[in-house]
This record gives sequence, structure tokens and C-alpha cells, in this order.
Amino acid sequence: MSFVQNFPFFSIILCLLCAVATFVAGDRWGRRLTIGLLSVSIVLQSCVLWFCASNNTSYAYMMGHYPAPWGNEIAAGIIEPLMALLFSVVLLLSVLGGMDHILKDIPADRHHLYWSMVDLTLVSLLALSYTNDIFTGYVFIEICTIASCALLSAKDTGRTLIASVRYMVFALVGSGLFLIGVIFTYSITGHLLFPQLHETIAALWAEGTYRFSMTVAIGLMTAGLAIKSGLFPFHFWMPDTYGRATPASSGILSGVVSKAYILLLIKVIYRAVGIEVFAASGIQSVLLIFGIAGMIVGSVSAIRSKRLTTMVAYSSAAQIGYIYMGLGMGTQAALLAAFLHIFSHALTKPMLFLSASQLADASGGHMDFPSLQGAGHRNVTAGVLFTAGALSMVGVPLFIGFIPKLQFASAAFELTWQKWPVLLALAISTLLNVLYFLYTAMVLWLPQKDNAAFCPQERRWIASAPAMVLLAIGLVIGIHSAPLTALLQQGFALFCQY
Amino acid sequence: MRNEKGLFRRWLNGQVDWSAMLEQDTPAAATTAAAETVPYHPHHDMASARRAIRCGQKAYTVLAIVLCLIFSAFMLLTVANLPSYGSDSAPTVNEVAERYVEKGTEETGAVNTVAGMILDYRAFDTLGESFVLFTAMCAVTMLMNVPGKRRVRKLDQDTMDYYQDPIIRTVCKLVIPIILMFGIYILLNGHLSPGGGFSGGAIMASALIIYALVWGGERASRAIPAKALRIIVLCALGFYACSKTYSFFTGANHLHSIISPGTPGRILSAGLILPLNVAVGFVVCCTMYSFYMYFRRGEL
Repeated sequence: MSFVQNFPFFSIILCLLCAVATFVAGDRWGRRLTIGLLSVSIVLQSCVLWFCASNNTSYAYMMGHYPAPWGNEIAAGIIEPLMALLFSVVLLLSVLGGMDHILKDIPADRHHLYWSMVDLTLVSLLALSYTNDIFTGYVFIEICTIASCALLSAKDTGRTLIASVRYMVFALVGSGLFLIGVIFTYSITGHLLFPQLHETIAALWAEGTYRFSMTVAIGLMTAGLAIKSGLFPFHFWMPDTYGRATPASSGILSGVVSKAYILLLIKVIYRAVGIEVFAASGIQSVLLIFGIAGMIVGSVSAIRSKRLTTMVAYSSAAQIGYIYMGLGMGTQAALLAAFLHIFSHALTKPMLFLSASQLADASGGHMDFPSLQGAGHRNVTAGVLFTAGALSMVGVPLFIGFIPKLQFASAAFELTWQKWPVLLALAISTLLNVLYFLYTAMVLWLPQKDNAAFCPQERRWIASAPAMVLLAIGLVIGIHSAPLTALLQQGFALFCQY
Repeated sequence: MRNEKGLFRRWLNGQVDWSAMLEQDTPAAATTAAAETVPYHPHHDMASARRAIRCGQKAYTVLAIVLCLIFSAFMLLTVANLPSYGSDSAPTVNEVAERYVEKGTEETGAVNTVAGMILDYRAFDTLGESFVLFTAMCAVTMLMNVPGKRRVRKLDQDTMDYYQDPIIRTVCKLVIPIILMFGIYILLNGHLSPGGGFSGGAIMASALIIYALVWGGERASRAIPAKALRIIVLCALGFYACSKTYSFFTGANHLHSIISPGTPGRILSAGLILPLNVAVGFVVCCTMYSFYMYFRRGEL
């Protein structure tokens, strides 16, 4: 076994140790430790990705002395380190970009706890990426839930607390449903690890025994993760959660935390349940319908919203709908599109939240559209970044948002009856996206009001640097998406064989 | 910007003057002075709002009941379709459970199979679980910690001063050491008999909570300072993570591990299970105690 193959496990343990150390250390050391940890995590995940991609291999890593059906296991192929790398990069850039606001919004005595929570969020994201065991998945879902609630409620205002209570209720309902699903699955199959589950479920489904309970179990796990990631009609926690938190937290929650749940769901569907059983159970079509509904409803709600961050948050609901539509289509091309959309959304949303907060700062802290008129002139960098993010969300070529939409559309042509609803939904949703993102972008670049009593901000160019890096990554992928697509396709081949 | 779609049509036709539109919208949205221009009937608005809320609540209740009924029906149907619990032919009685029961003591050294299972076979899950507790502790600290400002609540004045009561005081003096002892016994005996870190830690925490309840939070804070709690948690979790790193690393790389199961049945046996039980017990104890202190007092 090559030494590099230990890295997923090292990164997880390192996060755990850093989280405890940060809890005891002061504010400043906590910050340094966390940023160091995030950077180290990026390096480690890149090494694993490089190892797996160059050897075209995937492996299961025993957590202890006992092999698969008895002990715990983590697994790494190409998809897993790739997603872990994405999560680490976005987490690091969100934290760096939102640093000013973290220091300002969060009371000083909570800073070290905030950093501890960032570490714990990272560990749950890594573990959810690498896990090969459904119960380990549940354990780290718990950590992720608590840590993300704490990231949200760290900003001590009334509205944030209400938002975090609401988020917690939804998240706990989701965890509960997922756990019930896991229990049912276990009592039918007697296994918890993905490869064993896959075999047993396939055999049981072919035999036809326990088909009803199996369907309910799969449905409960899917519903639980869908609620947690904010699929329509469970997206009502989104606007307050994403819209009221400190920008770094908004970026983390919308950019990566919801994606980690989706990644676990993809693993459950493809690795544990198996796509054939999932399609035969009928839940796939339900996901397609709710995904499409989410795309439309999320966009309509975004159009109706009066605050900038609320609008961006509702647009997340629409984007999550895209990903679930991809899962509902069920073909490999659609899965590729869904992964590309995860990339696109994870890279673009934090950028939007970060630049939105800077624009609001330049407008006296107001988030409503009339106050934001001409904010682009007051903070040019943030204005440009927001506009670029908006263009990417709309799906303008050259930006990353274009790639998944193209893939979705081309994947739709392989389908039978789902072809027209998917294409229609794509068209309508894109139009609605144009409506609210371009409207916002135009408001930002209108001439400033004469009576604008906004104090000019001292502009720190460096403050926008992390968002610029996000934009740069997005542009690189948008202009030259072939390597990523090839890597993902290589990964899919490894994803299901262990 | 109420009618966005109409707006959009006009925008397409080039009839929209954005600056004018915004000028027009600003007063209503942003400034309070504009409130005078909008006709405002507080009573009418309140009544209609109340009516709407009442209707909404009724609809909510009905829908919630319907949803619960559907959900429970589904659950009951599913449970009826599950394999019968505890039967020999249940799918859960497979090679996994067989090895845990038959070889568990031999391989892990723990007479208590559950301890062997959670702390050796599936130790990564348990590591995660103890970090769930830690996460919860951090989150509660973040939300409830109000140092300095003693939150004198009505509750504090209304509750009886337990310390003044000779019966309670004497009984507690007697009982607290016994509870602590019992907790430590369960903790240390976790690999030999039912029990272990989670239950032992909870029992120890209950002793500390009784102490804080009777002698008051201030005295408890002096006896168990916040810093000490933090260091205990740091050491326990740090030890847990480090020792498991060794065990996972040697396991995954098929290296020889110096940890041996020992003689099953001895107190010093079962390899890492005993120290891990102690570590988990301390984490559970500190978490529960700090929950009590934060909710009751607002600081440790």
C-alpha cells in the first residue's frame, strides 16, 4: 500500500485534532490553525487525487484491523478526493473572503469556537466524501448538522437565531428520516457497508422479498438528504439561513454543506442501492419531478424577494433543483451534468455571497435593491465579481455555469418521456434566472443616486482576492471543461466497482 | 418592483427608465417618511392579519394531522413487512453478527461484546460519535456562554436554597461519592460487564450536577474550573484520536500492532478498549455537566 493512500484518513484525523486544539487555543491561534488545516487538506486531497487518477485505481481503506463486513472502511477513487478537494478549496476561500465579516459580526469571545466549528465542518465534509459505510455517513451528518447550525447562529442577532432554529428543525427532520431509512435497510439486509449492501439489495430485489420495506427505506434516506440539502418543497429554511448569516457561513452552508449531503445521496444511490434498483423503485421519477418543481419555484421566489442575499439564497433552491433533476434523470450523462453543476454552484455561490456582502457594505449595510443602486460604482471589484457570478448562474458561455446546462440539455435527448419536461424546465428556469440576475446586475451598475449618503468605503483590494480566485477557477473550467469532464468520467467507471 | 413580468415586457420594448423606476420605488421601500403617503389603517390591517394567521394555523393543524396519519400508516405497513425481530432467519443474523458474538472476546479481549464492537470493530463510528458530543458542547458554549454577566433569573430566586436544608445536604454528601464511585466502576468495567464510557460518563455527570444543584453554581465553578474541563476534554479526545490513529494506521497498512487483547476477563485487558472507555466517559461527563451549567447559569 502506497503511503499516499493513507492521506484521506490522515486528513480526517488531523481535522479532529485541530478542532479540539482550536477549542482550547485562543482566537488568533485558532484562526491560524484552521487556515493551515484547510491548506494542508487541499494538498492532501490533491495528492490522493493525483495518485488515483494517474494509476486509475480506487481502493478501500480499512479503519482498524478488521476487513470489510466487520470493521469500518473508507474508500477513495477519483470522485471522492475530487469532491473533498472542491470542498476544502471552497471552504478555505469562503473563510478567507469573509474574514472581515467574521471578525465584525461574531462576538469576540466566540471566535475560537467559530474556528473550531469550521474544522468540524471540514471533517464532516471529508468523511462524507470518503465514507464507505452508511452508518459512518450518518454519524458525520450529525456533526455536519450541529456544526452548520453553530456557524449560522454565531452571528448573534435575533433574526439569525430564528433562522438557525428553523434550519435546525429541518435538518433534524432530515437526519431522523435518514436514520430511520438506515435502520430499515440494516434490518432487511444485515449490512452497513456499501459494497455488501449493494450485493444484498440487488439479490433481494431480484428475489422480490421485502420490496415494499426496501422502497420505503430508500425513500426515507433520499427524503432525509433532500430535506437537508434544501430540495423543493423543503427549501423554506434557505432564505433566512443563507441570507442572514455572516457571508463566510452563507458561502460554506450553500456552497459545500448542502453539496456534501447530495454527494452522500449519490453514493447511497449508486454504491449502496444500485441505480437499477433505485430506478425500479420509482423514487427516481419523484426526484425528477421535485427537482424540476424546485427549479421553477426557487426562481420565482427569487424574483419576488426584496433583499439581495435573500434572492441569492432562493436561487440556491433553484440550483439544488437542477442537481436533483440530474439525479432523477438517472443516466450517466445526467450524473455527469449533476456533478458539473455541483462544481459550478459550489464555486459560484460563495463568490456571490461574498461580493454581495461587500456591495452591501458599500451601501451603508443595506441589502434592499433601491439602496444598492449604483453599488457597483462604489465598489467596482465586488460589482464586477457579482456580475460575473450572475452571468455564470444564468449560464452564459465562458462561465462555468454554462457547462452543466449544456450537459443537462444534451443528456435530456437520451431520455424517453422525460425529454420534454426536462428541456422545457431548463428553458423556463434559464429565462427566470436571466430575469432576476440580470435585473440585479443592472441595478448595481445604474448611475448612483445624487443624494446617496453612503460613506465611501476604504477599499481593500485584497479583501476581494479569494472571490477572484473562485471566479478564476470558474473561468478556467468554463473555458476548458474537457479535463474535468474526462476526470469525472474516469471517476464514474471506478465509482461503482470496489 | 411589484409586477416584474410586466416590467420585463416593457424592458424588452425599451420603455423602461431604470433610474426613474428606482427613484419612484425608493421612498416606499427605504425611508420612513414615505409611510405617510401610503394609506395605513392599523386596525383594519391587524384584524385581517389576525384572521389570516388564525386560518393559517387551522390549515396547518389539519395538514399536520393528515401528514402524520399518512406517515404513521406508512411506517406501520413497513414494520409489518420487515423481517421479524430476533428470529433465527432474520437477515441481521449473518456472518457479521456471528463473528462479533463468537470471536469477539477472542479478537478484542473484551468480555462485553458490545464494547468490543463499538470500540474495536467499528471504532471509527464511535470516534465520530464522541466528536458529535464535542461539537454539541462547542455549539452550546457558543450560544449560551455569557461570562461576567450573571444572568440572575427568576428561577434562581424562586428555587429553594437546597444547601440550607440539612436533610438534602447530608444525603447529598453521602450520595455524591457513591454515585461517582459507581460511575467510575461502570467506566472501568466497561469491557467486562454491561456499561462503558457513555453510561459511566453520564452517571458521573449526574453526581457533578447534583453537586452544582445543591451547593450552587458558583461553588461548583470554583470546584471544577472551566479551564480544567476544557483540558480534560482536550486530553480525552486527543488521546482517543491519537491512539486510534495508531490502531487504524497499523490495521490498514497490515503492520504489527503492539496492542494485544490480553487475557479476557482481567481488568487490565482488551487492549485499547479500557483507556478508550475512560476517555469517552470523561468526554460524556464534561459535555453533560457543561450543558447543565450553561443552561442553568450561563457559564461554567
